Amino acid sequence: MSPAQHTLIAAGEASQHRTLIITLFAVFVAATLVITIWAGRQTKDAADFYAGGRQFTGFQNGLAVSGDYMSAASFLGIAGAIALFGYDGFLYSIGFLVAWLVALLLVAEPLRNSGRYTMGDVLAYRMRQRPVRTAAGTSTIVVSIFYLLAQMAGAGVLVSLLLGITSDGGKIGIVALVGVLMIVYVTIGGMKGTTWVQMVKAVLLIAGALLLTFLVLLKFHFNISDLLGSAADNSAKGSAFLEPGLKYGATGTTKLDFISLGIALVLGTAGLPHILIRFYTVPTAKAARKSVIWAIGLIGAFYLMTLALGFGAAALIKPDEIIASNKAGNTAAPLLALHLGGVDSNWGAILLATISAVAFATILAVVAGLTLASSSSFAHDIYANVIKKGTATEKQELGAARWATVGIGAVSIVLGALARDLNVAGLVALAFAVAASANLPTIIYSLFWKRFTTSGALWSIYGGLVSAVGLVLFSPVVSGKPTSMFPDVDFHWFPLENPGIISIPVGFLLGILGTYLSKEEPDAGKYAELEVRSLTGTGAH
Amino acid sequence: MATETPPPSKTPTRLPATEAFVAEQESAEFGELRRSYRSFAFPLTVGFIAWYLLYVLLSNYAGDFMGTKLFGNINVALVLGLAQFLTTFLIAWWYSRHAAAKLDPKAEAIKSRMEGGA
Repeated sequence: MSPAQHTLIAAGEASQHRTLIITLFAVFVAATLVITIWAGRQTKDAADFYAGGRQFTGFQNGLAVSGDYMSAASFLGIAGAIALFGYDGFLYSIGFLVAWLVALLLVAEPLRNSGRYTMGDVLAYRMRQRPVRTAAGTSTIVVSIFYLLAQMAGAGVLVSLLLGITSDGGKIGIVALVGVLMIVYVTIGGMKGTTWVQMVKAVLLIAGALLLTFLVLLKFHFNISDLLGSAADNSAKGSAFLEPGLKYGATGTTKLDFISLGIALVLGTAGLPHILIRFYTVPTAKAARKSVIWAIGLIGAFYLMTLALGFGAAALIKPDEIIASNKAGNTAAPLLALHLGGVDSNWGAILLATISAVAFATILAVVAGLTLASSSSFAHDIYANVIKKGTATEKQELGAARWATVGIGAVSIVLGALARDLNVAGLVALAFAVAASANLPTIIYSLFWKRFTTSGALWSIYGGLVSAVGLVLFSPVVSGKPTSMFPDVDFHWFPLENPGIISIPVGFLLGILGTYLSKEEPDAGKYAELEVRSLTGTGAH
Repeated sequence: MATETPPPSKTPTRLPATEAFVAEQESAEFGELRRSYRSFAFPLTVGFIAWYLLYVLLSNYAGDFMGTKLFGNINVALVLGLAQFLTTFLIAWWYSRHAAAKLDPKAEAIKSRMEGGA
């Protein structure tokens, strides 16, 4: 066991500290369960379950959107990447933030105006319902499961380090606990409960980040140049630590990989189903716009703080200690809390416990949002409109949604247990690439391109999905490297870790090819409906 | 964050017939709404994506330039990164101002006319 693990586990094992972590986390779970039960009592029809009754304000939803978006990958992953690779870690947060402008300018309002519950509502609006809803449901579930895996893996890493649970059985137990809790949140609380949980979590996360940022800046007398200088010195990399290139600048291939990642990040957000369904929780497109504006402000402020956290960790903790604790740097933020408070002091232990509990809360809330997105899409797109061909009663549809939640929860417990040692940030970037390749082209074409047809939508969704997932399968993420999922075998031939640079253009091109190569005529009347509704809100639900 | 319009009722509003939408789509009033939306949103989208890609490419291939120190330990890379944040905030603010002034009144008028006439 490494010294850093000793530091953390020692902090965790000094039983009172460990008790504190567990107590804080239990308080969060208890509070959110109360909210869930309260929300569950008010959840009566489909609009309540899928869209929280559409009664949230723009600010409330903006907070909830931020909660959904600031996942373990943002908080733990980015702070860790900055702590280890300096400036290159910061590049992630820029892509994650700029991406919101695509959602703001092109997607959020038209989607709110023309859809009801799912992304599939908009994709299938002017198309043949059954094939397009099947495609939309499939890609929703695939994207959400990639994302879920990342969060589950994050939970495992965090718990094993902070609570000193290193046995496989213990890690699997934690993954199962997260899975059961998310099933409870979603089946009972639906969108209303989940939205409130996201809001609580967003406030806690922002407060935690503010506290750490303040303490870091205090240490450096609010002199940012000093902070950066100390980070560069302590990292032993000198001024290179503050310049691009440490992570992605090694070879021509890694540079290309960075471009691929950048494109996937900036185009992925507006195709993430769990983000898109949030826009249905507000009454109007105007409120959806306000949600995005608030989200941009909150998420932007949060990423600026991760800059302080990452460089703070680099300045105050030896790089060996960060790497020894977790190779990918995922524990840099909790380690920073410990060091800011003082290793071996009560204050340090309290800070560590608080930040760890916040990180758990983050994971729990995000998995609930993801599960809701995939079970909604299963029930509304696939069960009600494909299997039952629109004849299902609302009660049957909601029953299907709840059973789907249990099913998806079970699947993600199993996959999460298998994926417990995988790289968190990598999995999330993959989910972004799949969303940008399979979902975004069809969303954009459906809304803005008159000529677009069912064949185009199917080619684009399936083509984007298959090319993104296929390239990942044959990339170094899966095989051929010590950091791969299967390090002992090597069947990779695609050199990049992120497929976006190929699969996103493929998704967009196939939409055009599928449209022109089929004899199908576009439905002009339906496009008139969609276009007028999406821009004016006429007949919005 | 109050919403000026009351929350919609749970039963969806009865939609006008498809022909009404086709007529509306071809009307001058709707054409103007579409133009003021698209002529704002589309070029701006191309613009901010190009600016972001420029930043990505500079990070990749212009290391010396990005490493130039401006003051203290603050270099060009950091300033350009923060500039991405700043432009994102500015574009969000600018769009919301444009939408409130130019798009919302037109959209409202068409919506109430269509729903009223349904």
